Amino acid sequence: MALMQISEPGMSTAPHQHRLAAGIDLGTTNSLVASVRNGLAEPLADQQGAVILPSVVHFAEQDKVLVGMSAQALALSDPLNTIASAKRVLGRSSQELAAQTKYLPFELEAGHDSVPRIRTRAGGKTAVEVSAQILRCLRQRAEETLGGELTGVVITVPAYFDDSQRQATKDAATLAGLNVFRLLNEPTAAAIAYGLDQAAEGVVVVYDLGGGTFDVSILRLRRGVFEVLATGGDSALGGDDFDQVIVQWLMQELKLDGDLEHQMMRQLMLQARTAKERLSDLEAVEINIEGMGQEALSCTLTRTQFDQLTQPLVKKSLVACRRALRDADITQEDVTEVVLVGGSTRVPAVRDAIEGFFERTAQADIDPDQVVAVGAAIQADLLAGNKPDDELLLLDVIPLSLGLETMGGLVEKVIDRNTTIPVTRAQEFTTYKDGQTAMRIHVLQGERELVSDCRSLAHFDLTGIPPMVAGAAKIRVTFQVDADGLLNVDAEEVNSGVRAQIEVKPSYGLSDNEIEKMLTDSIEYAESDIKARSLREQQVEADRVLEALDTALAKDGAELLKPDEIEKIEQCRQQLADARAQAANVDVIVAAIKALELACEEYVARRMNRSVQGMMQGHKIDEFNN
Amino acid sequence: MSVSLTDSAAERVKTFIEKRGKGVGVRLGVKTTGCSGMAYTIEFADVIEDSDQVFEDQGVTVIIDPKSLLYLSGIELDFTREGLNEGFKFNNPNEKDRCGCGESFTV
Repeated sequence: MALMQISEPGMSTAPHQHRLAAGIDLGTTNSLVASVRNGLAEPLADQQGAVILPSVVHFAEQDKVLVGMSAQALALSDPLNTIASAKRVLGRSSQELAAQTKYLPFELEAGHDSVPRIRTRAGGKTAVEVSAQILRCLRQRAEETLGGELTGVVITVPAYFDDSQRQATKDAATLAGLNVFRLLNEPTAAAIAYGLDQAAEGVVVVYDLGGGTFDVSILRLRRGVFEVLATGGDSALGGDDFDQVIVQWLMQELKLDGDLEHQMMRQLMLQARTAKERLSDLEAVEINIEGMGQEALSCTLTRTQFDQLTQPLVKKSLVACRRALRDADITQEDVTEVVLVGGSTRVPAVRDAIEGFFERTAQADIDPDQVVAVGAAIQADLLAGNKPDDELLLLDVIPLSLGLETMGGLVEKVIDRNTTIPVTRAQEFTTYKDGQTAMRIHVLQGERELVSDCRSLAHFDLTGIPPMVAGAAKIRVTFQVDADGLLNVDAEEVNSGVRAQIEVKPSYGLSDNEIEKMLTDSIEYAESDIKARSLREQQVEADRVLEALDTALAKDGAELLKPDEIEKIEQCRQQLADARAQAANVDVIVAAIKALELACEEYVARRMNRSVQGMMQGHKIDEFNN
Repeated sequence: MSVSLTDSAAERVKTFIEKRGKGVGVRLGVKTTGCSGMAYTIEFADVIEDSDQVFEDQGVTVIIDPKSLLYLSGIELDFTREGLNEGFKFNNPNEKDRCGCGESFTV
């Protein structure tokens, strides 16, 4: 039978409806995938038990593709077809890369459109395609381990990634056949892994010293949402630099000259890295170098020596931290938590320096290589719906504004775009005509002012409104968007309690391109939209005035007005009706409304007197005195 | 009326509850759904209802509601590994047939 995992109370799924989800840390050097099983978020290992997948892709003969360790093994023998660090060009244009002087570990093909292609024997490959290979490999591992297809994943990206880099990450996921629940900032993922999102408020510093890059991020937590205050770092500072200083020291100590053979150099690098890792636990290590054709060399490196050697590197990272604090406009005292990410934070001297700098103990219980993937997995589990509702954490926003149609084909926005969900907003509307007993609610999505330019989501009718004069009914329309982006619209006439409601899925059927087009259109047509809106508004106002006048004239016009007065009013009425029908100019309509109001001034006064008289008839003046 | 756990299942349940940080035991159940009519459920238990039957085996508290117990009497909970996947397995003497995928069963 199928193997089962323990669910949270009440969250068992029906057969074949497992909501399998995973978090993916798509790193520059290494990638990993994690998932929540039996209530625990853990990285998933491959057949050999290795959790970390080197972010290396090798394009072999006959369209064969190797990913991970096996690809990395070919980095020396076939460097040009072995692609590492593709993340550095992900979502970047050729022009951007040309401006960047930094060394890239592969060759780019010239003369392509804006998307740079990496030259391989299998043809030009984009960073998106290379990343997709890595994601496909992780997907396969996750599906084999979890025993089913993934419902969706959360992929982490650096906090400084811009829109096109984020889009490229999503494209790579689509290419790998993955459904992306959400992209999550790497530092946010690390904070979530430590459950820091459960706190009410705070400022979290995430210090991420990886193999080749250093990032520091300052996050502010407010009502369960992390906001990135500042990011900083050094894209050329990492654990590899620590290895490098040991290599240099070794060469000095062992009196090796600067021009070493390749193999010797590799051996030195390997020994340096091992020594660094062992010094996290030991006070001193002995390093033995097998001499090439000469006798074996050996020396001892103590932790104190190592700390001295690497001190400039640690200092460099602290300078970046200080700068990030300044950018975020906060001081060390404002920081409530410090989180360590990246294998190099295992170095005791690094940890001591950070804790000294921020004057507090850093969070480091979770393996710093895995913490980002673990946080992503926790988030993915929540988004897949495997947790009770009250534990839901949400960082999502709605992509386009939601609103409803008002008189004259105008859109009244109820929830603005970029509002974090879940959200509930209510607005009050009223009836337009005397005795109106029903109202049609038309729900729309988009940024434009007119109904015809927005996307219609749903219609429904609120009926049974008790007959009242226009404007007396109070209709409260509530828009509620839940965690999945599902919109629920509820309309209620407040006095009588009659109500109606409908549920819609706002983003259904809208591709990212369409959403983007709707956004750019709204900017492009902003001016003409405003004009169209004010014209419609005046037309609606004209209709209202005409309607009210006609009702009044039919009721008591003949009694209160002399024939020539009626004629004068009729004249102005006609002018307004014409101006409204031509609908050419806002000012003409406004002027016609004003003229009509002026013509009716006396009539209005007489009607007022009459109704006051009517009210007072049969009463004594004294009764009105209090 | 008995319920038992294999050594590996007992050990895993204990670890998972400990790491989760709360929970009085594990709740086994049967849901009427799936292609062969019924499906097993396994959840962490935070509360024990009055009507629940509570079993102890190898230091693990197993909770079963009375309706599910009709189908689960004599069950053995196992924890095994199949390839990369690992998880819990129900060995049920009452079970007569299963759907092809093994996610639901009939008694």
